[in-house]
Amino acid sequence: MDYFLELFVGGLTRGSIYALIALGYTMVYGIIELINFAHGEIYMIGAFTALIVATVLAMSGFDGISVLVLATLVAVLYSACHGFTVEKIAYKPLRGASRLSPLISAIGMSIFLQNYVMLAQTSDFLPFPNLLPEVPFLEPYAHIMGSTEFIIVATTAGIMVLLTLLIQFTKIGKAMRATAQDRNMAMLVGVNVNRVISTTFIIGSALAALGGVLIASHIGRINFYIGFIAGIKAFTAAVLGGIGSIPGAVLGSLILGWTESFATGYVSSDYEDVFAFALLVLILILRPSGLLGRSTTQKV
Amino acid sequence: MKRLAELRESLVIALWFMFLTFPILVIQVNTIEKTILWRWQNMLYVGLGSFALSFVWRYFLGKVGTGGRLRTEGEEDPKTRFLRLSGDPRVRRGAIAAAVLVALAFPLLSSTYQVNIMTTALMYVVLGLGLNIVVGQAGLLHLGYVAFYAVGAYTYALLYQHFGIGFWTALPLGALMATLFGILLGFPILRLRGDYLAIVTLGFGEITRLVLENWSEFSSGPSGISGIPRPGFFGLELNIQEATIYLYFLMIGFTLFTVFVTNRLQDSRIGRAWLALREDEVACQAMGVDKTMAKMTAFALGSTWAGMMGVVFAAKTTFVNPASFTFLESAMILSIVVLGGMGSTLGIILASFLLILLPEYLRAFSDYRMLLFGTIMVVMMIFRPQGIITNIRRTYEYHFEGKGNGAADKQA
Repeated sequence: MDYFLELFVGGLTRGSIYALIALGYTMVYGIIELINFAHGEIYMIGAFTALIVATVLAMSGFDGISVLVLATLVAVLYSACHGFTVEKIAYKPLRGASRLSPLISAIGMSIFLQNYVMLAQTSDFLPFPNLLPEVPFLEPYAHIMGSTEFIIVATTAGIMVLLTLLIQFTKIGKAMRATAQDRNMAMLVGVNVNRVISTTFIIGSALAALGGVLIASHIGRINFYIGFIAGIKAFTAAVLGGIGSIPGAVLGSLILGWTESFATGYVSSDYEDVFAFALLVLILILRPSGLLGRSTTQKV
Repeated sequence: MKRLAELRESLVIALWFMFLTFPILVIQVNTIEKTILWRWQNMLYVGLGSFALSFVWRYFLGKVGTGGRLRTEGEEDPKTRFLRLSGDPRVRRGAIAAAVLVALAFPLLSSTYQVNIMTTALMYVVLGLGLNIVVGQAGLLHLGYVAFYAVGAYTYALLYQHFGIGFWTALPLGALMATLFGILLGFPILRLRGDYLAIVTLGFGEITRLVLENWSEFSSGPSGISGIPRPGFFGLELNIQEATIYLYFLMIGFTLFTVFVTNRLQDSRIGRAWLALREDEVACQAMGVDKTMAKMTAFALGSTWAGMMGVVFAAKTTFVNPASFTFLESAMILSIVVLGGMGSTLGIILASFLLILLPEYLRAFSDYRMLLFGTIMVVMMIFRPQGIITNIRRTYEYHFEGKGNGAADKQA
C-alpha cells in the first residue's frame, strides 16, 4: 500500500509540473490555434536562468529563502520576456499564413533556442541545487511525500486557482475568452487582439518558468535538452485533456503523470517515455478532441 | 523624421535583446568549482548585432508585406526567371551535361574523404525528395521521418547479423519494411488534422528510437550493431577506397532514379490528388478524390525512400545505433525540404548540398549548424515560405482582356 501511495504521489507531482507547462500550450492553442513548439524551450530557459541567478546569489552570500524567491522571480521574468519576444519574431509576422508555416517556424525557434543555450552555456548536465525549503510537519509521512513534492503540488494548486480567477473575472481574462471564441468578432468589439495574444504568451511562459524551477529542484539536474521532452509530454497532456480547455490541461496532466508513475513502478522504467507517447497516439486515435475538448465541425 | 523614429526603434530593440540575453550569454557559472565567468563582450556583440539586424528585418518585412504572402501578380521574381530559363532546352541540356561531367569526374579529382561527404549529401538529397512527397506534395507535416530511416538501417543490420543477407537483397527488403511501417502508422493517424498529425509522427519517431535503445535483445541497445558489410561489386571484394567510390556512384544512380520517379509521381494522377489534398481537403474530397488512399500512398511512398536510404546508410557507415536517429535528424531533413521550397526538386537538391556541405567545409562553423537550421526555418517561413526555388506547377490563369472574351491559357 505504501508503494502504491508513493507512486500515486509521484504521479501527482509529475502531473502538477506537466500541468504548469501544459497550460501554456493550451492557452496559446486556444487563442491562435498554434502548437507553440518553443514552449518547452521557454521552460528550459526558466530553469537555466534560475540556476544561474541562484548560483550567483548564493556565492554573494544570500541565504536560502531569499535566493529561492529572487531566483524564481528573475526566472519567471526572463521566461515571460522570452515568450513575448518569440511570439513577436516567429509567430506575429505569420498571422494569416497557412497553418503549416507557423508550425515550422515554431520548430525552428525551438531548435534555435536549444542550441543557443547549449552554445552559450554547456551541453553537460548541470547539478541544480534544491532551493525549496523543508516543510517540517510532513516528517512522519516523508517516505510517501517529501516536502519538495508537497510544495510542488501546493504551488500548482494555488496557481490553478489564481489562473481560473484571472480568466473568469478580470478584464483581460474576458478579452482572452472572447479572442479564443472568435478573433475577428473580438476585434470588432474593440478587443486589442495583439495585446491579448502577447499577454497569453507572457502568462504561459511565466507558468512554464515556475514549472522549470520546481522540476529542476525536484530532479536536481538540468541541461539544454530538458525542454524538448518535457514540452512534448506537456503537449501530450494538453491534447489528452482537450487542447484549448484549461481544466482539460490539468486533468490530462494528472492522468499522464499517474500513467507514467504507475507504468514505471509496476511494469518497467526503461519505457517511461514510450508510455507517454503511446498514450498520446492512442488518445488521438480514439478521441481526437481529447477528454474535455469540444469537437468542432469544419465549416466550408 | 522617419529615419529618426526607425533609429530609436532599433535602439530599443538592441537594448531589449541585451537585456534578454543577459543571464544566458553573459554569465557562465561553474557549479562544481563555484566560479562565475562574466562575458561582458557578448553583451556588446548582441547589442550591435541586433541593432544592425533590426534594420535588415524591418526592410525585408516591409518588402514581403504581412503574412508572408507570395508576390503580387505581374511582378516577376528573379528566381522564377531563372526557372523559366532552365526550362529552355538548350540551357537545360548544357547544365545537365556539365553536372554529369562534374559528378563523374569528382572521385578522380578528390580524396576519399571528399567523396564520402558527397555521398552523404546525395543521401540527403534522396531523403529530402522522399520527405518532400509527404510534406511538399501531400502537405502532411511529418516529424518522425527518421523512424523509417531507422527501420531501413536496422532491417539490413539485423538481417545481416542473423541470416548473413547481403546489401542487394536487403535493399528492397528495407524499403518494403519501411513501407509497411508507413502503412501501419498511416492507418490510425489519417483522421488527424495537420498539427496533431505532426505531433503523432513525432511521437512515433521517438517511440521507435526509444524502443531501439531499450530493447537490447532485439537491437543490441545503445551500443548498436557493427560490422555491417559494404555493398559488394559482383562478388569482388573492394578495399575501403574503392568501396567508397562505388557507393558514391551507386548514390548518383539512386539520386537520378529518385528524381525521375518523384517527378513522374508529381505529374501523375496520384500526384495531382496530393496537390488537391494539400490545397483544400474538403474541396478535394468533393471532387471525388479518395482522401484516405491519397494520404496513405503519400506516407507509404515517402517511407519507402527513407527505408532504402536507411539500408545505404547502414552499408556506408557499417555501423548502426539509435543515436543516429534522433529528432534532430528529422528536423534536418525537414529543413532541407523547407529551404528547398516544398515541392521543388531542384530546390531540394540545392538545399541539401548547401546544408550538408557548408558545415563540412566550414569546420569552425559546424558548432553553429543546428543554430543555423533553426534560424533558416524561421526566416524562410517569414520571408520566403516558397523556398529558394519556387515550385511552379502548370497553372491556368484567367485573363480578362477588355472587350475581348479572352480567357487565355498561360503556361507559367
